[in-house]
Amino acid sequence: MILVIEQLLNGVQLGVMLFMLAAGLTLVFGVMGVINLAHGSFYMFGAYGAAIAATHTGSTILSVLAGLAAAAIVGMIVEFLVLRRLYERDHLDQVLATFALILFFNQATSLLFGRQPLFTKVPPMFTGSVTIVPGLEYPLFRLVVIGVGLAVAAGLYVLINKTRIGMLLRAGATHRQMVRALGVDVRMLFTIVFGLGALLAGLAGIMAGPIYTVQVGMGEQILIMAFVVVVIGGIGSVRGALFGALIIGVVDTMLRAFLPAFMRMAMTGPEADALAAGLSSMGVYLLMAIVLLVRPKGLFPADA
Amino acid sequence: MKFRNILTGLLASVAVIGTACAQTPVKIGMITTLSGPGGYTGADVRDAFKLAMPDGKLGGVPVELLVEDDALKPGQGKQIAEKFLKTDGVKIFTGIVFSNVAGATVPDVVDSDALYISPNAGPSNFAGKECHKNYFVVSWQNDSLHESAGQLATNLGYKKVFLLAPNYPAGKDALTGFKRFFKGELAGEVYTRLDQTDFAAEMAQIRAANPDAVFQFQPGGLGIAFLRQYQQAGLQSKIPMVVSVASLDATTLGAVGEAAADTNLSTHWNTDFDNPQNKKFVADFQKAYNRIPTFYAAQAYDTANAIGAALKATGGKTDATSMREALRKADFQSVRGPFKYGPNQHPVQDWFAAKIEKGADGKLAIVTKGKILQNHSDAYAAQCKL
Repeated sequence: MILVIEQLLNGVQLGVMLFMLAAGLTLVFGVMGVINLAHGSFYMFGAYGAAIAATHTGSTILSVLAGLAAAAIVGMIVEFLVLRRLYERDHLDQVLATFALILFFNQATSLLFGRQPLFTKVPPMFTGSVTIVPGLEYPLFRLVVIGVGLAVAAGLYVLINKTRIGMLLRAGATHRQMVRALGVDVRMLFTIVFGLGALLAGLAGIMAGPIYTVQVGMGEQILIMAFVVVVIGGIGSVRGALFGALIIGVVDTMLRAFLPAFMRMAMTGPEADALAAGLSSMGVYLLMAIVLLVRPKGLFPADA
Repeated sequence: MKFRNILTGLLASVAVIGTACAQTPVKIGMITTLSGPGGYTGADVRDAFKLAMPDGKLGGVPVELLVEDDALKPGQGKQIAEKFLKTDGVKIFTGIVFSNVAGATVPDVVDSDALYISPNAGPSNFAGKECHKNYFVVSWQNDSLHESAGQLATNLGYKKVFLLAPNYPAGKDALTGFKRFFKGELAGEVYTRLDQTDFAAEMAQIRAANPDAVFQFQPGGLGIAFLRQYQQAGLQSKIPMVVSVASLDATTLGAVGEAAADTNLSTHWNTDFDNPQNKKFVADFQKAYNRIPTFYAAQAYDTANAIGAALKATGGKTDATSMREALRKADFQSVRGPFKYGPNQHPVQDWFAAKIEKGADGKLAIVTKGKILQNHSDAYAAQCKL
């Protein structure tokens, strides 16, 4: 039972990380109609910014600020220099251009900081673990990640449902032409959306640093999962991104944790482990295929 | 337009005459992993190989090193090999770090009468029945890397060990190898994904299984995330870890710091090995690249010198027959000390215990402790009929 609770927490933690990436991705796609493969690069810049600031200053607050700034600044530069030219082009051009950005950013990062992964510590105030129920000690930092992720979700809810910008965002996601026709400064809106997306990806990167590895190409590893989240949740829907991310996070973790034992009951030998490992890594993609069959627009379509 | 044609023609003929006059450099095709999280492994292979050819020569023969990135994609490795074979006429290949890339790439190379000399990957399927006369491994056979860790776990007296490895050929070889030499029982066996970064689910399983020790094979960047999360989950102080050097190389250690302290590992080479060739290599590498060499670098340096010794013996001839004969003699100074091949052209070597401890400079380092296995070959050598 304790194991189930722990795995559930692990799933939620993976889920909120995915959510922070997917939220930006889905907004950018929903509102701006742009497929941005380079979204993972902002995640990487967030992680690098924070890691480098942490080694030089030793301050947690400064490193978080540096990570956010790195992601947001690069995001705005990318929007201004590259994406503005792509809004009217078709998706293939966007995919090609943003894929090129991935290659460019990865190479630039390895030239600037080397291929050696960077070392980042968990901030001293968040080290150690907490006893949730007797027998279950959970790393404090992962709880902080869950907390930050849920706070971001709440903040986005307020921003999107209660503010004027949020109204424009919602309108932009469903009736883009109409918003333009009503004379809203779409350019400004796009920059805000893109900056917000980059900022969230950067935040995810900052928190990923101490848990995962700060290294070149870290963004692409998680980006594929984030795309799955966007598709399952419904393109353009932040609510969909949240639930999609939590579903993916929990399903992926649970499959990895419990499928091998399950398979070992059904069959014998080392094949059980190998088969379970194969099936569990297919799991989320199978889920995506099923969701697309049943609800082609995702679980929470933006225009519902 | 016409003028341009004439000019290109002239230039081409000059180029042809030019190369004909000088000795044509021997082309060496290096396919290695330079991008993505595991990219540092390929960078070490390439840099150490270049270190062994400072004046562009190996064994006194001018060589040209062609380097391409396989991005850890088997298909890409195969494509590069085809290009090297058909377009560039390369006869000597090396470089592959990951066994899944080797599996897709090596057969094409050796069947085209070219030689492959592995600086790292040594998958089991090429070591036994399917061994090939054109295929040499300077590093190790995958299993034996982890057999040494299995023996180390037995020596340390662990009774119940939990095993983890990624689900790919070398991961399976790792667990097979470990189990072959570990005498206790298994508390669990888990295959992870080769692109996995979050091991929280596995940490919970380890905690639930409560073993005496954990053995994990997470090569390249994967080991970093694993070790760090192991510490964060509070397991580092409770359950000791036994690994082979592939999960905890100098770069991994630099990235995880304290999370690796006191870990026991098995290795075939270390920076502190006391032989002149190794002292020269470690000093030169640090001087040239300002970082501590990993075992990937050491193996690539040996590979370059093995090729160099063979080229010297053949006098620069690169036909497969004479190169094979020369390579088999292994007439070079290894940074590991004495070096020889077994019947399947994989090394027969000693394996050592090591531990992560603070060195003289106060920094954590891999410190060699003692010998685990002597003149150790691999389990497949007997099946190989060359």
